[in-house]
Amino acid sequence: MDKQPHGQVDGSNYEYIIEMLNITKTFPGIVANDNISIQLKKGEILALLGENGAGKSTLMSVLFGLYRPDSGEIRVRGKPVHISNPNVANELGIGMVHQHFKLVHNFTITENIILGLEPTIGPFIKIKEAAQRIKELSEQYGLNVDPWAKIEDVSVGMQQRVEILKMLYRNAEILIFDEPTAVLTPQEINDLMDIMRNLIKEGKSIILITHKLKEIKAIADRCTVIRRGKVIGTVNVAETNEAQMAEMMVGRAVSFSVNKKPQEAGDVVLEIENLHALSSRKIPALRGFCLTVRKGEIVGLAGVDGNGQTELVEVLTGLRRAESGTIKFKGKDITHDTIRTRIEEGMAHIPEDRQKRGLVLDYTIEENFILEIYYKEPYSKHGFLNKKEIKANAQKIIENFDVRSSLGSISLARTLSGGNQQKAIVGREISHDPELLIAVQPTRGLDVGSIEYIHKRLVEQRDRGKAVLLVSLELDEIMDLSDRIAVISHGELVGIKKPEETNENEIGLMMAGVAHGGAA
Amino acid sequence: MKWTKSLFTALAAVVLGLIGGALLMLVTGSNPIEGYAYLFRGGLMNMERFGNTLGSATTLILTGLSVAFAFKTGLFNIGASGQMLAGGLMATALALTLKLPKELMLPIIIVGAMLAGALWAAIPGLLKAIFNVHEVVATIMMNWIAYWMVYYTVPAYFKGPMLETESARIPDYASLRVSWLTKLFQGSYINLGIFIAIIAVIIIAIILDKTTLGYELKAVGFNRYAAEYAGINVPKNVALAMGISGGLAGLAGAAFYVGYAYNMQIGVLPAAGFDGIAVALLGANSPWGVAAAAFFFGILHSGKGYMSAMTHIPPDIGDTIIAIIIYFAATSILFENLYEKIMKKIKANKETSTEAAA
Ligand SMILES: Nc1ncnc2c1ncn2[C@@H]1O[C@H](COP(=O)(O)OP(=O)(O)OP(=O)(O)O)[C@@H](O)[C@H]1O
Ligand SMILES: [Mg+2]
Repeated sequence: MDKQPHGQVDGSNYEYIIEMLNITKTFPGIVANDNISIQLKKGEILALLGENGAGKSTLMSVLFGLYRPDSGEIRVRGKPVHISNPNVANELGIGMVHQHFKLVHNFTITENIILGLEPTIGPFIKIKEAAQRIKELSEQYGLNVDPWAKIEDVSVGMQQRVEILKMLYRNAEILIFDEPTAVLTPQEINDLMDIMRNLIKEGKSIILITHKLKEIKAIADRCTVIRRGKVIGTVNVAETNEAQMAEMMVGRAVSFSVNKKPQEAGDVVLEIENLHALSSRKIPALRGFCLTVRKGEIVGLAGVDGNGQTELVEVLTGLRRAESGTIKFKGKDITHDTIRTRIEEGMAHIPEDRQKRGLVLDYTIEENFILEIYYKEPYSKHGFLNKKEIKANAQKIIENFDVRSSLGSISLARTLSGGNQQKAIVGREISHDPELLIAVQPTRGLDVGSIEYIHKRLVEQRDRGKAVLLVSLELDEIMDLSDRIAVISHGELVGIKKPEETNENEIGLMMAGVAHGGAA
Repeated sequence: MKWTKSLFTALAAVVLGLIGGALLMLVTGSNPIEGYAYLFRGGLMNMERFGNTLGSATTLILTGLSVAFAFKTGLFNIGASGQMLAGGLMATALALTLKLPKELMLPIIIVGAMLAGALWAAIPGLLKAIFNVHEVVATIMMNWIAYWMVYYTVPAYFKGPMLETESARIPDYASLRVSWLTKLFQGSYINLGIFIAIIAVIIIAIILDKTTLGYELKAVGFNRYAAEYAGINVPKNVALAMGISGGLAGLAGAAFYVGYAYNMQIGVLPAAGFDGIAVALLGANSPWGVAAAAFFFGILHSGKGYMSAMTHIPPDIGDTIIAIIIYFAATSILFENLYEKIMKKIKANKETSTEAAA
């Protein structure tokens, strides 16, 4: 099964290119890594799998020199090392693509890549040479990156490839990817898989964190499972299956399908007519979009990323102005109402970008849970906050949605793991019991157990006669949850289908704007 | 937990600042122990000197609070000086124009100064809220506008009998100095401003910590996109935060120009406006921290003259100590790491000792 003989590259003999042995890392109130050991062979892809908050990102931050472990040893190419900061990690040939990219938006791709190690002749940066080298690397690994493009003009997938190039430019041999596919479109995910295969072919070794078992199955050699800070075990991916891995990680069997009884939809809750809106770059993003959503149904909005979904959600929630057209909510025209009015009328919104919109990272989670309702009783009275009620509210959401953190309701949102931040937002929005829930990528970054639970809660909203507008790039999710699927392309409604009367193929064609569907 | 960390950081900065000052005294050939003895005696030795310390601290508490409040709401108010001038000019104008009994005079002056300071800061606030003009640029410009406004207004309308460069003397019935306080503190320049400052500390502490207003302002300061998402009116809150911050600096203007001083001089941007940044930094932006830091700086201010009179140490050493403290407070992250290391050690020791006991 071994693709390459192990490590005789620099003369020394070693079986593993990276060994993290008995690593323990605590934060106040929690042991994030409890005596964890992992080993990475040269030329393999090792997946790290674990529930939200299991300690994966923390472990990788230790390896990349962002955190110092309390105890334990790290060996690189067989030699014990002290990685006190990311520069040391770079020297050792370790690179990391963080879940949230660290790029300068008004710089070109080349400028971003050479940032920190600018090659110079006298006072002048040898930018042309750098660009040339980037171009070569890009071709070598099939990254398809234009060195002169500006970051703000390129897609998220391209930004990620820039992060990959940043590692390659620094001659990284060991590449860490922390949930790289959470922000990508399905097509971009396929591209990334190909890139990873190329990287392995060129002799790199990869540690991959992902919650998507399909991806592990498709590309990883071995998978180490972590639960609550401890290693549960390591499996050869070829000898296991998705269900087994899920069970290992959560500690119980996980059901992948959603249980949903047929149900008649009720009155119209949301009526969008002939809506026009501009994108942030002032080009038309919505062009006469129409849609109705009724009580007791989940309408899934499918589309290729960038076809007006973001703008539609922003216009619906009041974050963006409509150029023309009307939005009726519960029979009332709300096209020009404020955001607060819409929330008070019963609209809730799980935003696309959890760190930008969804959370005040420097507030505790109990403070975040009252973000939209702090001025209402019982959370405050006559302008004074009622801390007891605020805490009680937090306790309820934390329990219901299994939001894990180091210090409970007084943990700063910033210290929560990515998935737990997401659960906190979803929990907060559902706990408002909204008439209409606009859920954008509600399960982004969640582990399979949490996805199962959030899906159940969304269906429960529908069963109780509430409406849900689900916006997701994942067709599986749309197919499983929706009562009706609306397809958007170039800012227009292409058609509406019932999931039982269509398939992923047809929806895919409609998304591409090839096929037209009738109204369902 | 966080509170003790800030305290540790502040104390570490102060201690290092004092050590730095001691080294300077040594270099200049003086005995630092003697120097510090005179410095602190100069600030605390008797009621008069204690009163002077409080008098100096008054302005610093208010400007420190102004800067700290802005910081807490995500804004950098570098214009406390200009807002102080605006408040001071309003206070001076009212003091020299109105003739009312003192009980009426003082509330009018105080409220007037506060509103003038608030207005002076609300302009940059609105510019930021509506046009996204950075408040640092706008408040610095407002500083100079205030400077020149005072420069032309005072000689034109409020000139004293003798000098072109200062206003007429503030009459007794319009001054924040009151005889019972002056007597109690044996003739020092302490004034009613100290009560205004303490009340301001209490009110700001309550606003920030316990009210929906503070919740909104901080939410906007930490993450305006999330605040907007949640239906909070972001422009309103930015302007309001700047307004409140400026109101505090305006109060400092009243306390300084019609309390601490007898008249308003032209051609000066009050240093207290910038010292407020240091006070806020050392006080970790917490209202009570600001009060403590301002008191400490007050001691240095009022003690340094005594120190240089009794020794050969130049009074500038006092300012140098302040500068060193600011430097260390600004690099406080170093101390935070140190603090964490110490705490970890203590915890580890405890664990091993309990294990040994078991
Ligand atoms: N800086 C910090 N301060 C306090 N607690 C932290 C900090 N960073 C992480 N934690 C806690 O450590 C635990 C592990 O977090 P980590 O981010 O490693 O999880 P994860 O496995 O990456 O989860 P996810 O899949 O949700 O990203 C969490 O409970 C988190 O709350
Ligand atoms: Mg993570």
